[in-house]
Amino acid sequence: MPDDKAMTVLIPTPLRRYTNGQARVSVSGDNVATILERLDTEFPGLGERLRDDGGQIRRFVNVFVNGKNVRDLDGLETKVSPGDEIGIIPAMAGGLSAGSPQS
Amino acid sequence: MVIASSNIVNEVAPRPEVASRLAALERAAVVRSIGRTPLIRLRQLEAVLGLPENIQVHLKSEWTNPGGSIKDRTALAIIRDAIGRDRLGSGQTLIDSTSGNTGIAYAMLGAALGIPVTLVVPESASTERKRTLHAYGAKIVFSDPYDGSDGAIRLVQRMVAESGDDLYFADQYNNPKNVAAHYTSTGPEIWDQSGGSVTHFVAALGTTGTLMGAGAYLRDQGRVQLIGVQPAEAFHGIEGLKHLPTAILPGIYNAALPDTIVGIETEDAFSATRQLARIEGFFAGSSTGANLSAASQLAQNLADAGEPGYIVAIGCDGGSRYLSTGLWELD
Repeated sequence: MPDDKAMTVLIPTPLRRYTNGQARVSVSGDNVATILERLDTEFPGLGERLRDDGGQIRRFVNVFVNGKNVRDLDGLETKVSPGDEIGIIPAMAGGLSAGSPQS
Repeated sequence: MVIASSNIVNEVAPRPEVASRLAALERAAVVRSIGRTPLIRLRQLEAVLGLPENIQVHLKSEWTNPGGSIKDRTALAIIRDAIGRDRLGSGQTLIDSTSGNTGIAYAMLGAALGIPVTLVVPESASTERKRTLHAYGAKIVFSDPYDGSDGAIRLVQRMVAESGDDLYFADQYNNPKNVAAHYTSTGPEIWDQSGGSVTHFVAALGTTGTLMGAGAYLRDQGRVQLIGVQPAEAFHGIEGLKHLPTAILPGIYNAALPDTIVGIETEDAFSATRQLARIEGFFAGSSTGANLSAASQLAQNLADAGEPGYIVAIGCDGGSRYLSTGLWELD
């Protein structure tokens, strides 16, 4: 059953082995931190790929909310709302604004 | 007498137009600036690692190429070959997929030689790379940022399949000239600059051309250990590198050649890059850091075993190309 409070998270190819091959998954939460926690609950192993031991987003990982890098917003505290699109891209292929995925 | 057809082909002089294009290529200032890069001994790093006198660590400073990376050699060999076979130089557009440096090298050479260049790059490639390609006048086609460099490979293959003869697909992942470039330039330079002393060669794996070409040359000269470097995980931030177990395997890769494949964590590559900048004063890219991280581990293993070593690692490119990637945000 679709969850109308859920947000779509776009998963890059190298992480799809944690999401049973899915390129898009639905997760609910009110900020980026809770989204990442719930992603890890639902898809064990994903969390440690994205965050370091201190809980911060790893340096080479870019998280986008509607095409904006959360480093330019409020980081893990960035608020999210139902219908938002959240993207995860490694920095090897990720600049700042010009590297934003299409929202 | 029977003469193999390949010999006949080799003896035929190129048509005058082709010979003229090849001569123009060899005269181009930017072409003449490629290669002969310094081999730098990292004495400060050796001291920090506490290495004994009989273990040396050297870095091949490929960022001193005019396009800023080792890929200038690859692109030159591929373009020279294509012009020689009359596949490029009379109006055709060179096309390839690239995560960055090879594209910059194609764009640079295309600008100097009057060859149109179209590059397929992941949409999320760093801002510096996109703007550099634009500065040289190359056309850029973006592939899905979520599919990384393999997505760019698949897109360029589709574009080539649907196009006519006006495109020359350079195909750096499968083009034997990528290997030949390093067999005939990078490898001999390292052998000569080390006075034949090199014992270990460390090269990061992307297209794998450097290790396949320079490694094969060094192996032909003597007993040199070949160490390939890849990201420890499929999801990583070391630009240009491939995690071979999960990526599209380049056609030029020969798994039998390397003695060892080492996996390096992105954070360790980054730390080694920062260490190089702060103790030696060379600001390189993270793939150089990956090579140095592997070289440092190797040096320490040799020291523990009481063995001598002359380690040469590849310094793939410079660091300023990565300033917008988040790796260098202020602490």
